[in-house]
Order: sequence, then C-alpha cells, then structure tokens
Amino acid sequence: MLEAIKFYQTGSNTIGNRLLNPSMRTIQASVDRPNSLTSGHRACQGCGEALGARYALDAAMRATGGQLMVVNATGCLEVFSTPYPESAWRLPWMHSLFGNAAAVGSGLAAAAQIRAQKSGDKVAPRVIAMGGDGGTTDIGMGCLSGMFDRNDDVLYICFDNEAYMNTGVQRSSATPPSARTATTMPIGEHPGADWGKGKDVPLIAMAHGIPYVATATVADLRDLEAKVTKAMSFHGARYIQVLVPCPLGWGTASNVTVTVARLAMETGFYPVYEAEYGKVTSVRKIRSKQPVTNYLKLQRRYAHLLKKNADPNVVARLQAMCDQNIKDFGLLGDEEPEETPTAIVAYERSQAV
Amino acid sequence: MLQKAFAVTLDPSTSLENHTGSWRTLRPVNVFKLPPCNKQCPAGENIQQWLYYAGQGDYEQAWRILTEENPFPACMGRVCYHTCEGKCNRGLLDESVGINSVERFLGDYALEHNLAFKRPTRESGKKVLIIGAGPAGLSAAYHLRRFGHSVHIVEQGKEAGGMMRYGIPVYRLPRDILDKEIKRITDMGVTIECGRKVEDIEAEKAKGKYDAVILGLGAGISQNTDIPEGDTNHILNALKVLGQIETTGDIKIARKVAVYGGGNTAVDVARSLRRFGAEPIIVYRRNRDKMRASEEEMAAAEAEGVQVKWLSTIAGASKDSLKIEKMVLDENGSPKPTGEYEELPADAVVLALGQNVDQSAISKLKDLKFEKDSIIVNPETLETSVKGIFAAGDCASRDRTVTHAIGMGKNAARAVNAYLKGKVYKKMPKHEDAKFEDMHPWYYSEAPKTMRPELEMARRTSTFDEVQHGLTEENAIFEARRCLSCGNCMECDNCYGVCPDNAIIKLGPGKGYEFNYDYCKGCGVCAQECPCGHIAMVPEKI
Amino acid sequence: MTEQIEGSLGVAKAVALCHPGVVCAYPISPQTHIVENLGKFVKSGALKNCDYLNVESEFAAISVSIGSSAGGLRTYTATASQGLLFMTEGVYNAAGLGLPIVMTVASRAIGGPINIWNDHSDSLSQRDSGWLQLFCESNQDALDTHIMAFKIAETVGLPVMVCMDGFVLTHAFERLELPTQEQVDSFLPEFEPKEYLTPKEPISIGSMVGPEAFTEVRFLQQRKMAKALKVIEDVTAEYRKITGHHSGGLLDCYRCDDAELKLIIMGSTVGTAKDEVDRLREQGVKVGIISLKSFRPFPYEAMRKAIGDCKKVVCVERAFSFGARGIICPEVKRAMEGTGCDVKTAIAGLGGRAIYGTTINGIVRAAFEGKFKDEMTWFDVNSNVLNSYTKDVEGVTFPEGPLSDSQLHASVK
Repeated sequence: MLEAIKFYQTGSNTIGNRLLNPSMRTIQASVDRPNSLTSGHRACQGCGEALGARYALDAAMRATGGQLMVVNATGCLEVFSTPYPESAWRLPWMHSLFGNAAAVGSGLAAAAQIRAQKSGDKVAPRVIAMGGDGGTTDIGMGCLSGMFDRNDDVLYICFDNEAYMNTGVQRSSATPPSARTATTMPIGEHPGADWGKGKDVPLIAMAHGIPYVATATVADLRDLEAKVTKAMSFHGARYIQVLVPCPLGWGTASNVTVTVARLAMETGFYPVYEAEYGKVTSVRKIRSKQPVTNYLKLQRRYAHLLKKNADPNVVARLQAMCDQNIKDFGLLGDEEPEETPTAIVAYERSQAV
Repeated sequence: MLQKAFAVTLDPSTSLENHTGSWRTLRPVNVFKLPPCNKQCPAGENIQQWLYYAGQGDYEQAWRILTEENPFPACMGRVCYHTCEGKCNRGLLDESVGINSVERFLGDYALEHNLAFKRPTRESGKKVLIIGAGPAGLSAAYHLRRFGHSVHIVEQGKEAGGMMRYGIPVYRLPRDILDKEIKRITDMGVTIECGRKVEDIEAEKAKGKYDAVILGLGAGISQNTDIPEGDTNHILNALKVLGQIETTGDIKIARKVAVYGGGNTAVDVARSLRRFGAEPIIVYRRNRDKMRASEEEMAAAEAEGVQVKWLSTIAGASKDSLKIEKMVLDENGSPKPTGEYEELPADAVVLALGQNVDQSAISKLKDLKFEKDSIIVNPETLETSVKGIFAAGDCASRDRTVTHAIGMGKNAARAVNAYLKGKVYKKMPKHEDAKFEDMHPWYYSEAPKTMRPELEMARRTSTFDEVQHGLTEENAIFEARRCLSCGNCMECDNCYGVCPDNAIIKLGPGKGYEFNYDYCKGCGVCAQECPCGHIAMVPEKI
Repeated sequence: MTEQIEGSLGVAKAVALCHPGVVCAYPISPQTHIVENLGKFVKSGALKNCDYLNVESEFAAISVSIGSSAGGLRTYTATASQGLLFMTEGVYNAAGLGLPIVMTVASRAIGGPINIWNDHSDSLSQRDSGWLQLFCESNQDALDTHIMAFKIAETVGLPVMVCMDGFVLTHAFERLELPTQEQVDSFLPEFEPKEYLTPKEPISIGSMVGPEAFTEVRFLQQRKMAKALKVIEDVTAEYRKITGHHSGGLLDCYRCDDAELKLIIMGSTVGTAKDEVDRLREQGVKVGIISLKSFRPFPYEAMRKAIGDCKKVVCVERAFSFGARGIICPEVKRAMEGTGCDVKTAIAGLGGRAIYGTTINGIVRAAFEGKFKDEMTWFDVNSNVLNSYTKDVEGVTFPEGPLSDSQLHASVK
C-alpha cells in the first residue's frame, strides 16, 4: 500500500525523504556519501561551488564505484580546497594550470586507460576535469574544445558562477548582460555587462557533437545527480555546466545560495536541459514560474536595475530573455502552471532572515 | 607507497585540521515550533507528529501518539469540528490537510486491530472520583489511570458517554464506536457506575476515601426563551429531541419545524429531523458569518435540504405559523430589531439556544463558586474554589464541544496528578508558533490531480453520512503525507544535503541531525532551505 | 643495428624503444618528422600500449603530457620555437610538479620575424623553467640522449628537454646505430612513478603553496638539479657501457689537452668545429672544444675541470639575451671565477645562418689575435645587408668583419 501511494510529502524536491525507498533517495541523503570534498575547506560561507563540487563528484564517485580521478583548473575551487598543508579532497585530485584542465584530463584519462591495459585491469579509473566559468569558457576554451574534438573520455564540469570570482569578480564570457562586475561597473549609459556579448558554452559543446551535454544548478540535486550519473554511463567527451551562485560575487546573502539558483531556473534565466550527440533530449520544467525581478532582487550585482531611477527597459529585456529561453527550450511544458506564490514566499522569507 | 612531493602534494582529508567553525557569527540551532494544528486542537493533540507516523504507514505508532492526548480518535474522527484544519498552513498553499479524516482512519484502524491502552505499570494508591462519564470525565479518567491512580466514575445517565451519546445524532457517531472506545478506557481499570446521581459530593468523597474529585457534570439543561405561544404550537427543547432519538430511535414532531438557534446543536436537530422526513427550517438572528455552528455541518445540512431564515427572531407562535421579526446587524455585529414582521409557516419550534449546567448536583458544595452558568475554576489547574475538587468540560466552560471537554479532562487529570503529589500543576510553556512564513513551501509536492476528487468525496462523506465509508488507507496515507510538518523535522535531509561544509551529521532514521560546530561556518543555507522552519540562526556569542 | 636514416626517424625509433605510454604533440617545423614517425608506430601497432594524441596546440600538448605523466605513464612530447613558448606555462608547471616528461626541442629561432631555422633562442628561453636541458651534437648523440633522458628524468623526478638543432640534425640523413630492445630494456626498466594519481591511494597533486613553504619547495627543486649532475654522469656511464656509444654526459672535451684556447659550443656546431679544429691543430694552433651537453643543470665543477688552467675561452653562442650579452658565457665565468681565465662570447648562427669552418676559423683567429675587445662579438654579420638599412635611415655604417659590442654601442651615440 505504501508503495502504491505515489505522493511523498515533499516528493523528490528535497534532498532525501524518509517516505521514499532508500534506493530512490539522493546520494547526498546517504549517511555514507563519499564527501569527495570534505569539511575544513576555505570556501566562503554559503559557497555554491563547494556545494556543487561535492554534489557532482559524489555522484560520479557512486557511478564509478570510486574509480575516479579529478583535474581541477586554477580558481576558487582549487585555491580553497588545497592550500598547503591541507587538502579537502578525498579522491585523487590534481591541479595544473588555469586554462588546461581539459587537456590534463585527456592525458590523465589516456594514462588510466593505458595503465589498465598494461596491468590487465578490466576497468580503468574515469576522469573528471573541472573548473570555473573563466577557466572553462575563456582561458580554457581551447583545451576544452580540443578535448571535445578528440572525444576523449573525460567529463568536463564547469562550475559556472558567471565571473572571475577568485581574482575579485571580473567579467567572464559567462557573465550575464547588465550584471555588475569589477570590470563592468554599473556606471555610464549602459550600466553593468554589455548586451550582445558572452558565449553559450553548452551550445558550443553540443556543436561538437559529443555524446552528452547538460546544464544543471545546485538547486535541483536530483537533476544534477541524475545528469552526472548519466554522463558517467557514456564514454567519450561530456560536458556539464552547473550554475553555482557566489555570495561574494553576486552580492547575495550567504544563506540564499540554493534559493537564488532555484530562482534562476524558475524564472527561465538559466535553462536546465540535457543533450545527446548535439540534440536536446530533455529539459527540466519550471515548477513555479517566477518573474525575473524575483531573481534579480536577491542579488546586489543587479541592484542598479531596480533603483528608482533605473531604466525599466533593462529589466524588461532580461524578462524577454527569460521568456525566450522558456520558449526555445519549452521550459513550461504542455500546460501552463499556475503562478503559485511559493517562490515569492521563499524570497520574502529570505529577506526576513 | 608513493613518494610524495613536499608541499606540492598533499594527503587527503587533511583539511579536517582546519576548524572553520571559528568563522561563524551566526549559529544554526534546531527550533521546535508549535504547528498551528496542534496549537488549535482543543484536546492538545500532537497532530503533526501522528501525521508523521501515519504518512509512513506506521498506524499503530500514529495512534499511540494521538492517544497520548486523546483517547477517542474514532469518535473524534466523526464528531470533532476540526478547527485545526482551518488553521492548517497547507491551506495557504492549496488546501488544508484533512486531519480529521486521518484521525478517523486511525481510530477505526485501532478498533479493527483491537489496539488497547497500556495499563499503568505502577499503582499510585491514590483514588479519584469523577462525577459524570461524558467526554471530560472519561478523558480525565483515562489520563489519571495512565498516571497510575485508581478512578471511579459515577454517571447519572443510563450509559456512559454524556453528550457523545445523548447530544450527538447517531448518523454522526454510531454508538458501537463510542462503546468500544469507552470500553478501552474501562479495560484500563476505570470503573463506571451508571444511573446514579451524586447528591452530596463532599460526603461521597469522604465515604469513598477519595483523594480528589473531578466534576464532569456537563451542561444538560436546555436554555429557554419566552415565546408568546398560541395553544397549539409545540415548543420543545433540543436536548430532549436528541435524547429521544437516542433512546427510542425515532421521533415525530411535525412536518414543518422551526429550529431556533445558530449553534451546532441547532444543526444537529435540524439534520436529525430531516432524517425522519420533517422539513426543518433554522431560524437565526444573525447571518451566516456570525453563526457558531461548524461551517461544514451547516453546508451538509443545507445540502440535505435544511432551510435557514437568517436575521430573524421568533416574536410569537400560533397554530401553524410563527411571527418572525427581521433583524439587522449594527456596526458591532450585534442583531438589532427592525420592527418589521413576517409570517413563517411552522407546526412546531425546537429551541436550540444553548444549554445550562444542572446546579442541583452542586448545591451542597457551599463554597463552590459559580458564575452565569459555569463553575469557576482556576484556568491553569481547573481546580474549583473547593480544595481537591476540580471541574472540566461543559460545566466549567463556555466552549462546549466534545473536543474541548476532552482537552479539559486531560488538563484536570494532570492537575489532579500534581495535586496528589502535593504540587501545583503548571502548564508547559508553549513553543513559538510555526508560521507559514517560516516554511519553505516550494519543496512540497502538489497533490496529484487524480487523487483530488476521490479525496474530496471521502472528506465529505466522512462527516456527512455514516452509512458511507470513511477514508481508505490509500487516502489516509495521501492525506497524512500532505502535512507540511510545520516547525518540526520531517527528516527530508535538506540540511544535511545543502551544507557546503558537510557540517551536518545525519544520525539515522528517527534520530534527526546534529550540527558539527567544528566546521559550520554559519552560512545559514540549512535554515533557508529547511522546508519546515525547524532551523533558526542565532547570534554567536563572541 | 646501423641504419642510414633521418635524424628524426632515429629519435622516433629511440623513443619507441623506451615504450612511452603517451605521445602527444602539435605539429611545428622542424619537430614534425619525429612525431609523425611515432604516430605511425602507434597506429601500426609497432608501439604497443601507447596512446598518440593529436592535440590542438602546444599548450594542450604539454598539458596532456602533464596529465598522462601525473597519471603514472612514461610520457613524450616534442616541439620547437613558438610552440615551446606557447607551452611555456605548462613547461614551468611540469617541472614544479616534478613530472619526468621527456620533450624534444628541435631548436629553432623565435619570431618575430618568423623564422623556421635553427638557433638556440627557443630552448634557452626556458633556461629557468626547472627542466633539465640536454644538448645534442649529432643525431647519434640525440638518439642516445633521448633514451638516457627517460632514465635521468625518472631518477631525478624532473622533466628533461632534449635539444637537437632543427633541420641541421632533425632532417639530416646519417648512419645511426640504434641499441637493441634488449639493451634498452636492461638499461631502462618499466616506469615506476614516484607518485601518481590513482584511486588506490588518493592524493592531491598541485597544491597552492604560500610564503610559508614556497622557498623550501624551490630549495628542494634546486636540490634535485644538483642531484641530476651525478645522475647524468652515472646514467651516461651505464649507457655507454651497455651500448658502447660515446654519447651524453655533462660535457665532452675534444682535443683539449694542452689547448691554449678552448671553444665552448652546444649542439650540432660542435661537429663543424671539430673538423676546423682538426685543421687548425694541423697548423699548430692549440685549440680544443668543450661540447656542453648539459646546460641545465649547468656543470660548474666539470666545466672548471675541463677548462683547467687554459686562460682563453670563447663560447660560441647561437642565442643571446637582449640588452645583455651571451647566455652561456656568464655561466662559464662563474665556473672560472678567480682563475683569471678570459671568457668571451662569439655570437653566430642565428636563425639558421650557417656556421662554417671559416666561421670557427675566424673566431679562433680573432681570439688569438686579441680581437675580442668586449665580452661579446658578433661574427658573420653581413655589413652590406646591415648598412643598406642603417646608412639610409641613420647615416650609420658598419665595417666588414666581426662586430664587437662596443662598436654596436658606439653606433647609437
């Protein structure tokens, strides 16, 4: 009877759920999760990247039975996890340079394969290369594209926090239009990052025709875990881009990291989807559609858009961008969901905190 | 063994040396907030907790938690006006949780599976006399037995149950259900002596060497009003009508009957008469908004064909009609006569204007203070002005519902227990309210659409007509799982999962979580993402 | 086995004998023939358990090599010139991580102006990268040095750059003697990495080191370089014993006994110089050659010993430091400090300009005639070419013959 009731209080929206069969719970819910990135790291309070890295790598650890090695580009994640003399990693990990994680990953994957071949091991350890958006979409783009081109057996995960946070929040090619960064200040006629610039790396990845490309956020763990698990079921080059809010760079309160990522999805600002061999195969539907202002309001990097004397056309343009994403990716699905007040409540609640 | 490079190569997990907890300015703590349902429940049930167990199919545990507070779940599931549902936070999201129907399911489950109350493990040797075997008296008896006291009830009526038997129509509460739930209490060793009225309470107490007495006399006398009456129009009182239906199983008054009053009793009478083929019309001096009767009951009554004459008083009665005066509500909502009259065809009038306490039973208690129509009690201990004599239920309250009486019975039992130990009972301070704003509603699943119609039908029928079945197990689980678990942990693992510092320790099923303050940086993501509002951030002492 | 083959093929065969697990390269002249051949060996199955990766840049080539070496595989790559500069960040990184990668630098000038011909400006630009830099004077030397390089790298725990002159060696067909597989196997055992990434023993490689330990990290890196001096000698001795080939070493002396002038030369110029020295010796000119094999680590001790009490030394250099002087000369001066030995630089052979016997002859004569007024002197400068520009533009002309540093400085006054 219990199994017959397909309704579980919070369903799969929470990390775990005592009403679900343990096999249906997330990896993060288990007491013996790998904790690939363990406590004591020096990430800021509420760091989305620390969270995203543990989520993704734990899932990959499960998917590979612990046969996993990781290459990390220079950036916050690398710096806060391995300042001498302490490492927060529990898996084989290496850091070489800012722009070469994908290539180092290729070399490491080749090494793992050849070593296994030589020693007669049936299973070679798998490789994940990872970096922030700067290390991926800008300085690491060449190596990334080369790895895609060769279809090397590497999963590349980009922890996208939409700017160069480690160096003090400068614009990257993943910075959204009109966002404030240290190099796109909210001054002048067009405050914040320029419109018409930036690149969509998931689409670029798809254009390589690689087996698997996905986007995800730290606000939908099941989706993220499923994508990492799925990615590990493919061989060849794979790319997952995870939106990881940065309290420092985005000017958000340290507690809203997950909430703001959720709003990025629920507004359509950050389309979450997956693609195989260059074709979109599924999208994560919006559960409770929100106006873009609810997303912007939480972030000081957009504060200039919501001031009294701000140009309302900019917010309208961002809303149009969200609407276009919703349309292009079919984020709302067949039926238009009601605009429930839930996320607004979440927002107001966070304001109170 | 690898030959590791100095400094450039590090051993795994060495960051554990770095206790990042020192960064913290805010500290997460678990807060146990009072869910609105629990707060509202007149019987003080821990609704959220028994829904927790019901949702995972552990009905016995759910029933045991429920009956910690209230020994009548099967009755409650039928007659309680479940004001808890009106306060349910889920109501702000979609619809309130059908708490009452789950309670009925659990009550019926317990009956079906012959679940019994545990007898006390130790007898205290103290004796308590309870006068009146209504809901207050029975509830008090149950709780006193749990404390290990020996309890004897003397009941004036022929059978135990009080208003549950003589005031509530059968279609709302089948008597076998009531009998079984009373028997479960007597099985604990409570003795009930029916058909005797205690004339001298002090003497009875002395004679039986009782250490304390609880008065659960009820309010069994219908209130009257003067209606200038012609010779032929019947004027009856509501309790008599309901009592007759209970004892004879039948009643014949007339075809067109006016029921005068706006409380639940008026509705009970009207609906009962409707079942015997009459055409009842409720006459009430205020409007629907001001009506004291349960909205659901009233809706059911209307659905059954009961009519209502709002803003009307009966100014006089003749053979086959009533003289009705129209009323208006002033700015305070009080009805004011307009001087406009009209005729209403009616062959009889049933007065359902409220009930009074039978003061003859307490007349010998000289020092007992009484005001209007209630025994005055200490609101904390329910002790009367006479030491060692406590009172609970309708005789000591203006809030006269079965559930409220059961709650008072529990309160009185606890106070007596303290009294017997030479202490004075003090109510536990209540937790802070779990408000909807404390919750993170995004996390809760919407109810599947296919379930909704089925559920609504079940909810209606559960209180509409006993001939129909209550909630199925499927629906009960579903309904229990709709609970938001306001202010209390439901073990969703969110805090454990969303912590960027792995600073939450999961203790395993039923044990919850602990904060690891060695590493917790105090970011507050756990508090923000807790669906239940169970985590608060408090300033760290620096 | 003796074969008449192109130098690049010889090197490719030598590398294949060492059984690398990963070969990764990006094409750049004059390195291409080496990696083309290795690619062919892998593709044909002649080189087993090896992955050949075609990458999109030299930066990727060194990065893949870093990955595969950190993954516990013997790793080889090759580049030159612009390619070496493009991978510079990774070059330094590989050394810092102590990864025993072997890389051929088919030495070539650096642009601009773009120039594909040989000089040493590319490899010497990486002087401070933390790699061992071994220079080869012939294709046989190159072939043997590659085999030794793997052993040296893996013993010391640092990457090795094998520098062979582009085109002059890489594209020259010569009789080459390859050691047998058995010989190589007995010399170079299966690679056992000191540390590598494996799920069996998870470690974190490449931490961030701050002021609290960075000096010590560098000190230990320098210590490895010191250790490498002995390792190079030992490995060379062992290799020579097994193969009978006279290759490698820290440096090599040619007709140095009783020499009144010693030329210090790196790379293929040594061959040309030997012929000229033979001629000069016949004429009674007491001149010898020190072929400098190991530029990094620089063998100060061995150099001092090799120069001995000879008081006249000229470094024939195919690269220099802009705004300063020669690159080899200061190292030799350091080696000879306090001995009163006169050390000079002769700049020649830039961007593929051939160094002929006459060039060497000119240098030797200039040295004996006391024409090295300054520390650095340019040889084989074509004054016609130079004057065709400076005369029109600045009204400055230069005379025929070697140009000294002071002439250069005087011309701007």
